[in-house]
Amino acid sequence: MAAAETYPDDLKYHPEHDWARIEGDEAVLGVTWFAVDALGELVHFEPPQPGAAVTKDSSYGEVESVKAVSDLIAPLSGEVIDVNQQVVDAPETVNEDPYGAGWLIRIRLTDPSEVDALLDLAAYKQVLAEQ
Amino acid sequence: MAQTLQRTPLYDRHVALGARMVPFAGWEMPVQYEGVIQEHRAVRTDAGVFDVSHMGELEVEGPRAHELLQSLLSNDLDRIEPGQAQYTLLTNERGGIIDDLIAYRLGEFRYLLVVNASNREADFSWIKEREISGSDVRDLSGECGLLAVQGPNAIEKLGLPPAPPFTFADAEIDGVEAMVNRTGYTGEDGCEIMCDAEDVGALWDAVIARGVAPCGLGARDTLRLEVCYPLHGNDISPETDPISAGLGWACALGKEFTGVDVIRAVKEHGPERKLVPFVMEERAIPRQGMAIDGGGEVTSGSHSPMLDIGIGMGYVPSTMTEPGTDLTIDVRGKPRAARIVKKPIYHREG
Repeated sequence: MAAAETYPDDLKYHPEHDWARIEGDEAVLGVTWFAVDALGELVHFEPPQPGAAVTKDSSYGEVESVKAVSDLIAPLSGEVIDVNQQVVDAPETVNEDPYGAGWLIRIRLTDPSEVDALLDLAAYKQVLAEQ
Repeated sequence: MAQTLQRTPLYDRHVALGARMVPFAGWEMPVQYEGVIQEHRAVRTDAGVFDVSHMGELEVEGPRAHELLQSLLSNDLDRIEPGQAQYTLLTNERGGIIDDLIAYRLGEFRYLLVVNASNREADFSWIKEREISGSDVRDLSGECGLLAVQGPNAIEKLGLPPAPPFTFADAEIDGVEAMVNRTGYTGEDGCEIMCDAEDVGALWDAVIARGVAPCGLGARDTLRLEVCYPLHGNDISPETDPISAGLGWACALGKEFTGVDVIRAVKEHGPERKLVPFVMEERAIPRQGMAIDGGGEVTSGSHSPMLDIGIGMGYVPSTMTEPGTDLTIDVRGKPRAARIVKKPIYHREG
């Protein structure tokens, strides 16, 4: 069952429709409802390896629906410290709960100041309005 | 080049049902309503309806219609009688496949060809240019509506009597006069229903009211791939011959038709490569155009909603076509293991 359209206000957003939940010097990353809706039911998550470096604004993995492949864009730079195995095993988890059980990876931030450049909810909604 | 997309008479109904509309072969078509996987499963377990009014309908009529089509189509029309239909190929001089289509024998001297939307104009010109005195070719595409109703419960839900595959008959469905063809592109029981374009809205409403799920082109593609039906433009093309594509069964090599010498020669010497179905052995989804190690290429690839794995078809050298053969597919730079399987990739008992 696909989730209803929501955008939590405690998250930071990237214009490529990714979100970050900042927890100290770590961040949990995922994709927004908009991205999930555009893709349709996810059937594959190609995650990075734990320990890999991810770079802000660059691809760190892929998600695929039946019809399409989409790069995952890192909103922040860091080192991968955890991958959500539940999403690897059951990618539809992202459709069901994109901000909760459908998180994708956890990183340790290499440059916490990058957080300042992310969008807050109001700014992200502006991005959505322009789609 | 900007191009205006055509719309079928059902466009407004698709939008009202919440369909995601996409460009396909010059048409604006529903790729999905609720979701590809759900729609796919509806067809495998119950019944689904697809708007395929974008497909082309060509009528060939006249005392020499049969003779003309026998010289242009690969299969043998002498094998069917009025009321029967046949899968066949329109071939070029190089033995390549201009289109794959279904020929319906409407009468002794009258045929209807249902062709792929993307090839309608090419097919029509090809046949029109080769018309002979006593055969008349007309493009009826604009006048026809076509729905595919597919699934184990499709015939029962429509209240239709049982009938053998590849037969057709006139029927009235909730007041709409139609031609019901026992054909399809999903590997399931069901039919394709043709009616006047102006009646297809009423027919669609009647089918939906009978509890059949609307399904989009996304599910149509995964359904046909699970049962290894080729898609023209992906798996077969004017550059590929029927033998390599595993469609020798649709070629009557004992008769004369365009390119038959080339096709006979391929059959005699054996093709250099063959189209094979495969399943992924690890988590990955093959896609059209990906390289297969050893000189092959994926021509269709997707996720199988029934098997929950990546599946596909592709051409590989004839030395490596046995079911069970391991393949390595280049999935955006990553080598991923796959295995050749027998057709179909999915079957109900499997």
